[in-house]
Amino acid sequence: MSALTDDTLPVTPRAMRDEMIVFAVMAALLAVVPFTGIYPFFVMQALCFALLACAFNLLIGYGGLLSFGHAMFLGTAGYVSAHALKVWGLPPELGIVVGTAAAALLGLVTGYISIKRQGIYFSMITLALSQLLYFLYLQAPFTHGEDGIQGIPQGHLLGIFDLSKPIVLYYVVLVGFLAGFLLIYRTINSPFGEVLKSIRENEPRAISLGYKTDQYKLLAFILSGTLAGFAGSLKVFVAQNASLTDVHWSMSGEIVLMTLVGGLGTIFGPVVGAFVIIAMQQYLAGFGQWVTVIQGVIFVSCVLLFRRGLVGELAHLLRRSL
Amino acid sequence: MQALYAQLLVGLINGSFYALLSLGLAVIFGMLNIINFAHGALYMMGAFVAYFLLNLGGINYWWALIIAPVIVGIFGMILERTMLQWLAGLDHLYGLLLTFGIALIVQGVFQNYFGSSGLPYSIPDQLKGGVNLGFMFLPIYRGWVVIFSLVVCLATWFLIEKTQLGAYLRAATENPTLVRAFGINVPRMITLTYGLGVGLAALAGVLSAPINQVRPLMGADLIIVVFAVVVIGGMGSIMGSIITGFALGVIEGLTKFFYPEASNTVVFVLMVVVLLVKPTGLTGRAA
Repeated sequence: MSALTDDTLPVTPRAMRDEMIVFAVMAALLAVVPFTGIYPFFVMQALCFALLACAFNLLIGYGGLLSFGHAMFLGTAGYVSAHALKVWGLPPELGIVVGTAAAALLGLVTGYISIKRQGIYFSMITLALSQLLYFLYLQAPFTHGEDGIQGIPQGHLLGIFDLSKPIVLYYVVLVGFLAGFLLIYRTINSPFGEVLKSIRENEPRAISLGYKTDQYKLLAFILSGTLAGFAGSLKVFVAQNASLTDVHWSMSGEIVLMTLVGGLGTIFGPVVGAFVIIAMQQYLAGFGQWVTVIQGVIFVSCVLLFRRGLVGELAHLLRRSL
Repeated sequence: MQALYAQLLVGLINGSFYALLSLGLAVIFGMLNIINFAHGALYMMGAFVAYFLLNLGGINYWWALIIAPVIVGIFGMILERTMLQWLAGLDHLYGLLLTFGIALIVQGVFQNYFGSSGLPYSIPDQLKGGVNLGFMFLPIYRGWVVIFSLVVCLATWFLIEKTQLGAYLRAATENPTLVRAFGINVPRMITLTYGLGVGLAALAGVLSAPINQVRPLMGADLIIVVFAVVVIGGMGSIMGSIITGFALGVIEGLTKFFYPEASNTVVFVLMVVVLLVKPTGLTGRAA
C-alpha cells in the first residue's frame, strides 16, 4: 500500500518553529475576527467543523485510517449535550463534559469493532456503524426524531461567562478550538504519534518491531472520536439545536471533503478546508441541490488533480511541513 | 402466517438486490481494487433509464431490462476510462473518495431535476396479478424478480468461474503483469469488468423500479446496507456474495415480522456480531 503523503518531511526544530509561527498567526487572526465585522456565527460554525476535521485528520493523515462515519461522534455528543442542558438542566461546562464523554465511550466501542479490519473494510465498517446509530437516533424518543432537540439554553459557563452573548460565545468556542488543535498537534509530535505514522507507512513492520498496533489504532480512534465529540458539544451552543443532519452519512462525507480539500496529513489543512467548505455552503445556499453536485466535483477534482490539498500543495512548494 | 410469508418474500426481493449489488462490488474490487461508492447511484440510474425509455421512447420493460444495463454500463466504462484508471497504484482510499464524489454528482443532478419524490413505473402487463399458492398469495412480479435475479447471479458466477473469459479475468486479478505478457489486453478487461459490475447494478435498478418507485436517492441508503453485506460476506468469493446477499435479505424480512423496530438495523448489528466472532468475514481469507 502506497503512503498517503508522498513527501513526508522529517520533524526538525525548524519545522516546529515554522508551525508555531503559523499557529500564532492563525490564533491572532481568529482573535480579531469579532472586530472585523465578519458574521461571528459563520466563523464559530467553521471553527467547530475545523476541530472536527482536525480530529478526523488525526486518524487518516497520521494513522492511515479513513473513517467514513465521523458524523456519529458529532451527532452523539450533540444529542447528549443538548439533552443534558435542556432536560437535565446541567450547566454548560458539565453539558460539554457529558457530551464529550459519550463520544469517547462511543469511540471505544466502535473503535474496538472497526479496527478488526484494515483499509477499505475499515471505511465501510465505520460507515455502517454510523448508519446504525442514525437509525437508532431516528427511533429513540429523546432525540425527537425528525424535529431534533431545539431551543437549547446556552446558560453561563462556569457561572461567569454569558454564552447567549455572541462575543462571549465566540471566544469560548475559539479557546475550545485552539485547545483541541494543540492537543492534536502535541499528539502527532509525540512518540505515540511517531508509532502511529509507522503503522500508516507499514503496519506489518511496526508489528514485527514489537508494537501492539491494534492498541495504538484503538487509542487514536478514541482520541479522534472524543475530540470530534468535543466539537459536536461546542456546536450545540452555536446552533442551539441537535438534529439528525449531524448523524447522517452526508455529514461524514463533508468531514472527509473538508480534510481532503485542505490536505490529508497536514497540520493546518483541515482548518483551511473547513473554512472553504463552510463558506462555500454559505454563499451557494441559494443553489439548492447544485451544492451537492459542486461538492462532488470538488471531491473528484481533488482526488484526480491535487491530492495534497490546498495546504499540502503550498507546503510542497515551500518545502516546509505545514 | 400470511404476514410472515409476505415479509419473507419482501426479504427475498431485498436479498436479490443485495446479491446483485454486492456481486458487482466484488467483481469490481477484484479487478480494479476499488470499492465502488457510486454503485448505489448507478443502480438509481438504471431505474431512471428504464423510466425514460418507457415515458419518452415508449420502449417497454422487457427491452429496458437489456438496454438500461447497457447504457449505464457504457456510462460506467466512460467513468473508468476518464477517471478511475488514473488511480491505479494509489492507495485504495482514493478510489473510495473518487467514486463517492461521482455518487454525489449523479445523485445531485437527478435530485435537481426530479426532487426527492418517487416516480411511478408500472408493472408490465405480462407480470401483473398474482397466484394463490394455498399458503399465501404471490404477486407474479415479485416472484419474477427473485427468480430472474437468482438466474442472473448464477450466470455471472458461471461466467467468472467456468468460462475461458472468466479464467482470464481471475488470472488478471491475481497477476495483471503476467497476464499482459501473454498478450491479453488487461486495461480493456478492466474497463469491461467495471462495465459488467455497473450493468448488474443498473439491472437491479430496473427490477426494483415497479416495486420501490424511481427516486434519485433510492440507491444512497441501499449502498450502505450493501457495504455491510460485503463486510459480512467478504469479497473473496462470488458464490459467497450471492448467498450472503439472499440470506441477509431473508433475515431482514424475518426481523420485519418478529421485531419491526429493528428491521432497519439488523444487517448492521449482524455485521458487528460477525466482526466480533469471525473478523475476516464469513467467506473471507485473512487480509
